[in-house]
Amino acid sequence: MIPELGAGALMVALGLAVYGSAAAAIGGRTRRAALVESAQHAALAVFTLVTGCLLLLAWAFLSFDFSVRYVATNTNLGTPFYYRLTAVWGALEGSIVLWAWMLSVYTLIVVVRHRTNAREFYPWVLSVMLGVLAFFLLVMTVPAPVFERLTPVPPNGRGLNPLLEDSGMITHPLALYLGFTGFTVPFAFAIAALVTGRVGDAWITTTRRWTITAWYFLSLGLLIGGWWSYHVLGWGGYWAWDPVENAAFMPWLTGTAFLHSVMIQERRRMLRLWNLALVIMTFALTLFGTFLTRSGVIASVHAFTQGSIGVFFLSFLAVVLVLALGLLAWRWETLGAQGELDSVVSRESAFLLNNVLLVAAAFTVFFGTVFPLLSEAMRGVKVSVGMPFFNQVNVPLFLGLIFLMGVGPLIAWRRASLENLRRNFLWPVAIGIAAAAVFRLLGVRSTLAVLTLALTVFVAVTIAVDLVRATRARLRTGERLPGAVGGLLLRHNRRYGGFVVHLGILIVAIGVTGSQAWSVQTETTLRRGEHTDLAGYRVRFDGLAASEESNHFKVTGTFTVANGRAGGTVLHPAKKFYPQEQSPIAYVDYRLGLREDVYLVLGDFARDGSQATVRLQVNRLVSWIWIGGVVLTLGAALALAPERRRAVAVRSAPA
Amino acid sequence: MKPKFLVGGGVIAAALAYMIYAGVTQSAVYFVTPSELGGRPVAGKAYRLGGMVERGSVKWEPATLSLTFALSDGKASVPVHHKGAPPDLFGEGRGAVVEGAWSPEGYFRASHIMAKHSEEYKAPHDTSQAGVKEMMRTLSGDSR
Repeated sequence: MIPELGAGALMVALGLAVYGSAAAAIGGRTRRAALVESAQHAALAVFTLVTGCLLLLAWAFLSFDFSVRYVATNTNLGTPFYYRLTAVWGALEGSIVLWAWMLSVYTLIVVVRHRTNAREFYPWVLSVMLGVLAFFLLVMTVPAPVFERLTPVPPNGRGLNPLLEDSGMITHPLALYLGFTGFTVPFAFAIAALVTGRVGDAWITTTRRWTITAWYFLSLGLLIGGWWSYHVLGWGGYWAWDPVENAAFMPWLTGTAFLHSVMIQERRRMLRLWNLALVIMTFALTLFGTFLTRSGVIASVHAFTQGSIGVFFLSFLAVVLVLALGLLAWRWETLGAQGELDSVVSRESAFLLNNVLLVAAAFTVFFGTVFPLLSEAMRGVKVSVGMPFFNQVNVPLFLGLIFLMGVGPLIAWRRASLENLRRNFLWPVAIGIAAAAVFRLLGVRSTLAVLTLALTVFVAVTIAVDLVRATRARLRTGERLPGAVGGLLLRHNRRYGGFVVHLGILIVAIGVTGSQAWSVQTETTLRRGEHTDLAGYRVRFDGLAASEESNHFKVTGTFTVANGRAGGTVLHPAKKFYPQEQSPIAYVDYRLGLREDVYLVLGDFARDGSQATVRLQVNRLVSWIWIGGVVLTLGAALALAPERRRAVAVRSAPA
Repeated sequence: MKPKFLVGGGVIAAALAYMIYAGVTQSAVYFVTPSELGGRPVAGKAYRLGGMVERGSVKWEPATLSLTFALSDGKASVPVHHKGAPPDLFGEGRGAVVEGAWSPEGYFRASHIMAKHSEEYKAPHDTSQAGVKEMMRTLSGDSR
């Protein structure tokens, strides 16, 4: 019953989304409010139907309804309750449902928030949102039918991919998709601005919070993805420049560029065309990323399945690009800049350079990701570029970006005087150089590490300089210290939220630098009672034990880790044997620390438990990456807090 | 737009193009099958070799961390040496992709093994399960 009900609801939702999209567009064109209102009702109905489908799917999982192929493939009678829930989006079909559902939620919020405050744009925004939603509903109906029946109904299902049985699978996809879908809103506003010809700043000010929200969730999704990779996959790293990761990273890069370049437009009326192009690019990259990861086109060399879903995504991407770029060309005349760049040494230039570097990084990631396709098409040889390529090309770009992170927020608009430069940057530069010397004296050999760390110090000092100066100014007016700092953060929450986000990124950068430069590892086979030494740690193998869990068997090793000073910590890396898998899955154990993590992976073992092969890693400063994520979250929250300084009156006056 | 901005942009574009070019030439990895490699292996060149792990070819010595096996595509077979425990999902009769270089001593030295994860629908089968159960029994008896 559930399959038919779900599939039926999807069909109706698809029809309504198509209708709503058309009705909103026609209503906007002919200024017939009734039609727009009708589209609004359609949006509400689509939201209700997609929510219903998500609940039906969840119910199918909870009740082990193996008559649904998707359920039978991704769960079995032993799957624990919460993983049956996360299994809802654990594979292709369900992830599209989640995507569509979030899009319908965002559409609903757009209806609630912007029905009255962005009247000119609203019909077109609604039309675009419903149009994109219709595409995802189409995908759910034709190439990836989530409610497809399975006959005969098997007595038990196959089970979830064991690697996805992790708490990160609750938060990671949610955050990532909230980010991906979130960029649909600024994109829809950009299209509305182009269609209506109101290409001024109104669409940007209206979508500012949307952009920050989408950007934040995308960042969070990337970081949680790194955490999942680190503690589940057992290779000891958090980022591998894998196509799947790159797919999410590219829109993050262009989205970050957009987040910054809109400030230039708000302040100086420049970069209109650029901002429209950036948001279109960001949205297109979210689609392209999904195409890459879902179609199997990139992993072509070792792919098993190739569905028609790739064709759908590629076609939709083509439609989006043709329409959006067509609109850009159509409005070309009105997109000229009103302001001019005055000087190379100015905030505008710093932001512009930041944008160039971010887009360059996005391009190199794109290039590296599709390189196997390019080389195969052009030279007939399958060549890929691996991690060295991405690191080599991106490291200089990211160093430049960190430097600009210090320069951008403080340097003067238009033209920075020598006095301005001295006032803002004398101390940061001096302390940055001193820090480089100190790091070198402390024995940091890697030039790259010294440079990165010195740059982070430079940026941190610029933030401190700004904060101290602004606080002093407030203290002079008679405020007390806590009140002064608090008032500063709350009244200028966008600026200081940005600073806190920058601090978060710096902390992440320190973590990345440390883990790249100083992590060490060894692999060895130990008999019971034997030990191995690495970086001051002594790891002793104490034995193996077997146990039976609800849906798998588990062989757990006991290892005692001691590092001289403190007593021992016991770690339990394991191998898990799932009935549906042909080979075991490693279960990593680790002890996290601010300075370093001890990370232990059980490789192989003798069946009598007398010996085990383990990989021991001491990973430096990795925890800083996760801490940076927390700081970034605080900063984003601060930036999104309601602004106290002035009432935000959304203008939709003609440009 | 003033000329100096155009010059600046040109310099950045040129630098980027150079970095990408240098990056590609230095870190290009060639995808090959065992028969493609068998014909003309170039020592030292980075390859990614994909094939099936031949049945009966896997030798794993825990004490020395030496793992040797043969990858085949049905036409040719290439001996592979790796230092380290066999990764999850690695097994005889299953697909694997190894990254590394051809050694002058006449074998493929793999620095990295990527075993393939099968996405196909397979009902849980009892043969492998029986093996696991027996292993669980031995281990439990042993650790008690």
